[in-house]
Amino acid sequence: MSIFQVPNINLAGISACVPEKIFSNHDYDWISEKEREVLIKTIGVSKKHHAKKGLTTSDLCYVAADRLLNELEWDRSDIDLLVFVSQSRDYIIPATAGLLQDKLGLSKSCIAFDVSLGCSGYVYGLSIVGSLMNNGAAKKALLLTGDISTLNTSYKDKSAYPIFGDAGTATALEFKHGHSPMLFNLQTDGNGYDAIIIPDGGIRNFVDAESLNYKKISEGIYRNNLNIILDGVKVFNFSLREVKPNVLALLQNGDIEIMDIDYFVFHQANRLMNETIRKQLKIPPEKVPYSLKNYGNTSSASIPLTIVAEISNMVKNKSKTLLLSGFGVGLSWGSVIVETENVTCPPILIYKG
Amino acid sequence: MNINDFISRIEEEFDDIKPGILEPDDILKEKFTWDSINALIFLAHVNVEYDVEITADELIESKTVRDLFNLVESKVETK
Repeated sequence: MSIFQVPNINLAGISACVPEKIFSNHDYDWISEKEREVLIKTIGVSKKHHAKKGLTTSDLCYVAADRLLNELEWDRSDIDLLVFVSQSRDYIIPATAGLLQDKLGLSKSCIAFDVSLGCSGYVYGLSIVGSLMNNGAAKKALLLTGDISTLNTSYKDKSAYPIFGDAGTATALEFKHGHSPMLFNLQTDGNGYDAIIIPDGGIRNFVDAESLNYKKISEGIYRNNLNIILDGVKVFNFSLREVKPNVLALLQNGDIEIMDIDYFVFHQANRLMNETIRKQLKIPPEKVPYSLKNYGNTSSASIPLTIVAEISNMVKNKSKTLLLSGFGVGLSWGSVIVETENVTCPPILIYKG
Repeated sequence: MNINDFISRIEEEFDDIKPGILEPDDILKEKFTWDSINALIFLAHVNVEYDVEITADELIESKTVRDLFNLVESKVETK
């Protein structure tokens, strides 16, 4: 188990941006009204934001980062590190981080690279950025996370379409000597790589005409090989098996009780799964914010988006202890305990157009 | 484990089952919507109540209420 500390890092600000277009699951006419109501109640997603074709995750992250840097009044030439965590890059080649470095007006001394992770990506991203900053790579850094997942999800796949929403986020981090350490527990099980997968389009299954072949998989599920596959039972069993011990080991290592944590911000997978994990850990409901209802599952954006949407007033002017936990595609999962103080949090931004 | 307790807990868990209508030898598909969503609700329920994990194949093989009970009971015993 990989439990480790990253000291001296202050979380200065968080912002999030979503596309303008809203899709309501109450209008999801691929399934019957009765099935729809049960589905909405169970997964906890009543609406979410969908990107138009051509809009990218980096466009959303750009808006989030630009606004955040303006609010923080940071000099852009001071930012020496940008990490873009996403599984929906602008191009197959090159990495998207470079495009963002240029668009945001950051200097050429800036380190910039992509990390391909989803649900666990925010927690992993914090560890990567924080560790590099402690090695002297940067005094100020941007962690940009998010995904556009709706574009490659089949409308006629009731196991995936109602779940996902699109979002991009920006988190500003600064080196601050003596700031209480972030404590991480990061894990991986690649044996479950096919539990959430887009099979074609990479090098293993290079895209060809067959990739676009639309097939019936089972009742209510039609898709092609460029669409995302979500194996509900597999992901469910994985999350119910792994998240609790991961969180408990982290708390134990830090000698911290559940009651000492102000908020547990979990990756917004779906309501049934998240509530089951909350009950397993015996966390009171008021400590567990949800943004699922209005934004759906937004992959690596879900944790920062939930902070901005649900608890920004609590982290803006006060000191808080947060436990953030992401779990899913990979399979990859991880948790971190963070002490925050006076986090700059602009309201959720809407991408027009 | 007691099959009657098991049944009453399932009846509480699903909105479309009225209390007292499920019998041990009822066929699941005939009594309520035994679809993928309800299967996940069932997985979550047994995970919290009995701390056991059930696979998709095991669920598909379970035809009756008693099959589900036997499945969960065997998992609890071998834990």
